Amino acid sequence: MSSSAPNPIVPAIEMTGVSLGSCDEPETAVLENIDWTVTPGEYWVIGGMHGAGKTSLLSLAAGLTAPLQGRYRLFGQEMPAKGDQFLAERLRIGLVFDNGQLFHQLTIRENIALPLYYHRNLPEAELEKIVHTILEWAGLTPSAGSLPGAVGRAWLKRAGLARSLVLQPEVLLLDNVLSGLDSRHVHWWLEALDELAAGRTPLGSRPLTVITAAEDLRPWRARAAQFAVLHQGRFRALGHHPQLSELDDPLLKELLAEPLPAA
Amino acid sequence: MITLAVTVTKFGVARNVTFPAIYQEQARTGKRVLPMFLLLSAVLGFVVIGETLTLLNKHGFAAGILGPVMIAVVVRELGPLLTAMLVLARSGTRNVIELGTARALGEVDALEALRIDPIHYLVMPRVIGMGMAVFALTIYFVLGTLASGYLFAFLNNVPLRPDEYVHELTDALTGLDFAILVLKSGLFGVLIAIITCYHALARPLRLEEVSQAATRAVGQSVAACVIADALFLVIYLLV
Repeated sequence: MSSSAPNPIVPAIEMTGVSLGSCDEPETAVLENIDWTVTPGEYWVIGGMHGAGKTSLLSLAAGLTAPLQGRYRLFGQEMPAKGDQFLAERLRIGLVFDNGQLFHQLTIRENIALPLYYHRNLPEAELEKIVHTILEWAGLTPSAGSLPGAVGRAWLKRAGLARSLVLQPEVLLLDNVLSGLDSRHVHWWLEALDELAAGRTPLGSRPLTVITAAEDLRPWRARAAQFAVLHQGRFRALGHHPQLSELDDPLLKELLAEPLPAA
Repeated sequence: MITLAVTVTKFGVARNVTFPAIYQEQARTGKRVLPMFLLLSAVLGFVVIGETLTLLNKHGFAAGILGPVMIAVVVRELGPLLTAMLVLARSGTRNVIELGTARALGEVDALEALRIDPIHYLVMPRVIGMGMAVFALTIYFVLGTLASGYLFAFLNNVPLRPDEYVHELTDALTGLDFAILVLKSGLFGVLIAIITCYHALARPLRLEEVSQAATRAVGQSVAACVIADALFLVIYLLV
């Protein structure tokens, strides 16, 4: 990972004319012709119904899949970049999965420590300290020794976040992180993401570019965030939240769960 | 081939993660099943010597035949192959189920998102660990069988002193036997690991497909080991 601050001129994410396949059928385009630029430090929320292509878009952004058409650059680097020479570039982006996607054979603590031990050649004590800090921050210390199967879903999601943050990415992608959480956990996540976006991360003070996908846009209404929606294979950037209520769009109303005029 | 390339290029990368994984693999494939193996080798020794003695009793006893029979049957053929089959049944199936489930649950995608090469982290330790484990188990299995074979002969009042038995064995052994035993058992372990990992990881898998992947992997592993075994026999015949 580069130690210098991100150059404000280089966009964190730049997609031009990108088409991408779905996770299940990589050859069939689920989203087409995406033009999207994310400047470092922005906080985006991407709304879309189930199956609209949110996860596929995040997979592409994370460099796990290749676009069918168009080009995608992460901090100016063409993606997906395979090979170890691009490792530093690729480590600048982190992806938090829907359900944490933890490794079931490893304990919560080992899950969080794994990327750190794999990528960072640091003294044991230092690695331990980082893992401890992250566990404390995420409130996972009590379940650190448990296997993922024995931990509730809400905590698995947090562990997924902690595992991504341990490598100190500059861009954080989150997939449906609030789905199925109770209000206490939702509150924790929204506060945590605000803190991260503002640069108050557990491991340092660098503003994070946060991009999260959601089926329900309501929790983010009052947050300072940019919005975009995925609908019928199109990506549409909408701007900041005060503008949202001015837009007369049935899909947006549904994602915001607003009563339709007729009701 | 990819595994081989990764093993060569990345062997030293992230040793603090992969070396314990290799150790763990050879421990759970090898060490932990040793008691079962010694029991089986004892039984096999009884069976091979028992059958040989039955034959000899029918056709007249020939001195100095027990050692060569043990070498031909146990060291050259049954030892490595049976060990491989038992490892496949125990650890190979575990491998497909473990990795196939991880694949189906998106854990492999998570590894890729964390920029951890799944072949380096999941496959390489298993291949090296299983190769080592099958080799070590084969040695114990062969030694156990040779010992129990003598015990059975002794219990059946065969006039054979331990030193004569050892002498028969060493006479029948050639340098090629050692070389092939090492190669064969190591290769069986590597084959089983690669085939089981391939079926679990090569393509996207849904949870309900894990059992089919296990079936295919076991079938192909058996076939691969038997074919490899036959090829080694060709080497014996040629040399």
